[in-house]
Amino acid sequence: MFGAMTPIIGGALIGGAASLLLLTHGKVAGISGIFGGLLKGEAVSWRLPFIIGLLLSAPIALFTLSDGGALFANTAPRSTLITVIAGLLVGFGTQLGNGCTSGHGVCGLARGSSRSLAATVAFMSTGAAMAYVTQHLLPH
Amino acid sequence: MHALLSLLSGLVFGFGLILSGMTQPGKVIGFLDFSLLFTGGWQWDLAGVMGGALVTHGLLRLLIIKRPAPLLGGAFPSFSSVLDRRLLLGAALFGLGWGAAGVCPGPALVTAATGAPQALLFVAAMVAGVYAQPLLEGALTRQGRS
Repeated sequence: MFGAMTPIIGGALIGGAASLLLLTHGKVAGISGIFGGLLKGEAVSWRLPFIIGLLLSAPIALFTLSDGGALFANTAPRSTLITVIAGLLVGFGTQLGNGCTSGHGVCGLARGSSRSLAATVAFMSTGAAMAYVTQHLLPH
Repeated sequence: MHALLSLLSGLVFGFGLILSGMTQPGKVIGFLDFSLLFTGGWQWDLAGVMGGALVTHGLLRLLIIKRPAPLLGGAFPSFSSVLDRRLLLGAALFGLGWGAAGVCPGPALVTAATGAPQALLFVAAMVAGVYAQPLLEGALTRQGRS
């Protein structure tokens, strides 16, 4: 949509959304924290609407954007086994590590948190290693 | 109003993920698989997304926290500074799952909302992982003490 600038503009929307949540509710836009907290029934009053909004972005995008379908293309198909293991690791790891790419990578780094920097380096490293292993070494 | 503003944040967040291509796991793998820097086809998109998000939120945040309190009341968050093995292990495990599938929580939920089978399966497993964490951690801690 915006050529080469599209990722940056998309990122700016994410940053803007995180800023809006901080400004209005004083909360961190870390998806694993919001979703995990919601699953545990904690502070549902702000978490549920946020997740609903997050989910609604999909049908709205499909409806309003001409290449909506392409934006959701599964360009990394994975076997059921890998999908399940990956999901378990993401669910478990984000709770144990108190954050994910948005919580640590965006919000944490934005405030200069050394905790989040360490976490980000950790998940970027294992992420890079596993991306290579899965793409090139494993039947996926 | 509280709920609507929260919903709006989620909506814009999701739109940002979709627009930037982060709901295409191939783009995420295309960034994380750094071997592509040598063989060709490396995709910088994820870095662009993080950069755009960091700069935007980083700058806006400085203005926001000048306020005495959030718009709807309450207080701005305070954070732990404990950098321990638990944090690093959790992050490392998350990264393994992320690198394997090219999917993290946000894009997983957004793509699942389109009804995509692989995304729905991923989310189901993610939910299981979330619920398993306190149980497993509790069991391992008890084992360590005995």
